[in-house]
Amino acid sequence: MLSIAVLYPELLGTYGDGGNGLVLFERVRRRGFECSLVTVGLHDEVPDASIYLLGGGEDGPQRLARELLSASSFVERVSEGAHVLAVCAGLQILGRTFCVEGDDEFPGLGLVDVVTTRGSKRSVGELSVNVDGRLLVGFENHGGRTTLGEGVAALGRVVRGRASDGLVDGYRTDRIWATYAHGPVLAMNPWFCDEIITSVLGRELEPLASAADLLYRQRCEVLSRGSGG
Amino acid sequence: MGTGRSWRENLAVSALKGVNWVSRVTKRGSGTVAGGHVGLRIAPELLTVLARDRTIIVVSGTNGKTTTTALCVAGWGGEVATNVTGANMPAGHVAALAGSNDQRVVLEADEAWLAEVVRATKPRVVVLLNLSRDQLDRANEVRQMAERWRQCFASPQNCDVVVVANANDPLVVYAVCDAPKVLWCDVATPWSLDAQSCPRCTLPFMHSDGAWRCSCGLAKPVVLATRLGLDLSVHGEKTALLLSLPGEFNRSNAAMAATALVEVGVAITASVPRMQRVTGVAGRYTLRSWNGHQLRLLLAKNPAGFDALLTTVPEGTCDVWVAINANIADGRDPSWLYDVAFEQLVGHRVWCLGDRRLDLATRLDYAGVSYRIADDAAQIPVGEGPVNLLANYTAFQEWMARSRPC
Repeated sequence: MLSIAVLYPELLGTYGDGGNGLVLFERVRRRGFECSLVTVGLHDEVPDASIYLLGGGEDGPQRLARELLSASSFVERVSEGAHVLAVCAGLQILGRTFCVEGDDEFPGLGLVDVVTTRGSKRSVGELSVNVDGRLLVGFENHGGRTTLGEGVAALGRVVRGRASDGLVDGYRTDRIWATYAHGPVLAMNPWFCDEIITSVLGRELEPLASAADLLYRQRCEVLSRGSGG
Repeated sequence: MGTGRSWRENLAVSALKGVNWVSRVTKRGSGTVAGGHVGLRIAPELLTVLARDRTIIVVSGTNGKTTTTALCVAGWGGEVATNVTGANMPAGHVAALAGSNDQRVVLEADEAWLAEVVRATKPRVVVLLNLSRDQLDRANEVRQMAERWRQCFASPQNCDVVVVANANDPLVVYAVCDAPKVLWCDVATPWSLDAQSCPRCTLPFMHSDGAWRCSCGLAKPVVLATRLGLDLSVHGEKTALLLSLPGEFNRSNAAMAATALVEVGVAITASVPRMQRVTGVAGRYTLRSWNGHQLRLLLAKNPAGFDALLTTVPEGTCDVWVAINANIADGRDPSWLYDVAFEQLVGHRVWCLGDRRLDLATRLDYAGVSYRIADDAAQIPVGEGPVNLLANYTAFQEWMARSRPC
């Protein structure tokens, strides 16, 4: 049984990242595993889950999401073994500090030793990242510059776009994946979704053909040509 | 025309008309924007000059601007100056005003240009329909837009403007919370994902009985000028509101248009029957033909607009084509497809078109909708009954150019 909880889509769903929950759920369900998908709203308790999903959002809502998570059982549940996929604002919230609403600095949840400051300009455009030899594709739209603490591994090396700092994107721990890629990232990168499922379920998966394979191939081709279209 | 203008302003108007005439006869453009740019270059305050002594209604919001503008024009009756579809920035506005002597004017304004248009034209009425996520790669996040509107309507220079505002959209309510003259409209606003937390203080809203409020005091207004149920009621006067245009969202647009027209002296019993005669707006809703197919073209640019239009797709199995591009004018990131309730299309025959048809196909696949991908629309067999073709901005323009009125 794999349980998925999409956290606060009203705050962290501005850039379509709520789609990650649907994609993850469908790719587990279609392989015949039991699976559940819940959406956790502003007034809800954070439930027990195998994996939590956090997306991108606007400045004020990002700050509120951090406050709500901080007051919830989220950090405890992640420390006890739950997995997390965090995108954009979600990536920043899990770190030590982040800046929103000008240069005001706010405390993060401190789950990962990373710090996000305000970048010199907004990063908007196609993004591709080399993750252990495979291409992860998507679209970035953020104003943050994220610096990894000592010993924290990046998710991958930037091939196109800026992501965390122009060199690397996001971070990766035993149970946390973090990226600046929207798309949503699991829709555009079926292999990445399956890698997460493999890790959460702790077992190898049979391949699953879907329309997403065509999409992934096309985006890789388009991005390697250097055109945005 | 020409009285009270400086030589420079007269030159600007002549140049504007000249450029637009050339644009039209050489078919390089629709003859609205290029001349407007030239005119504004020669006389930067041209919009103010041309707007002087006219009665102006300005319409803005993320969705429904073009339709509401058309409904205001129709409901007012007679000759009304208005901008051409899509030309909703100052260059289009000066072209509309220079090309007409009509004293009565309705202007559609892009959200990001609203403050400038209000400053320059001093409108009698501004209609604020809604605010939601749209083209986030090039536009401001929606809360920043609400803040810019708030600063505009809080300005003492704009204190005479009457704002007709959607009471069910918290971002709109925040945008006019400091405006002195507001007529609140209680109209259906199903999209609420961008306003679950307060735009003023960020705390979550509390909802009950169709109302919403925040502990900071921002709340759904209680004194409502306009209510819309089966009947439309404005300042207590009632009339039935049935339109030729489909969808509850268009009834909401009409209710707000009728409220604006009351402010310029047109009773709802006069304006609403005239609005009923509107059957299409800039190629939308009416049937068009292409390659043996009958197409009903629908423009949907963002999640709120898409969700609203999906409600107009008839029940039962029908042919639905969805065309998605991601050019600059569309927004280059199609992630928003996952915010649209495409699950509603289960049971229909859906074809995926446009540059980003594979993004769409993936979305429909995960939604459980049966779909086919058309690399070339000419391959699609002609079915029974009209096709509902939902397209985003540049895809819609392509289909408008390709198809002909039936």
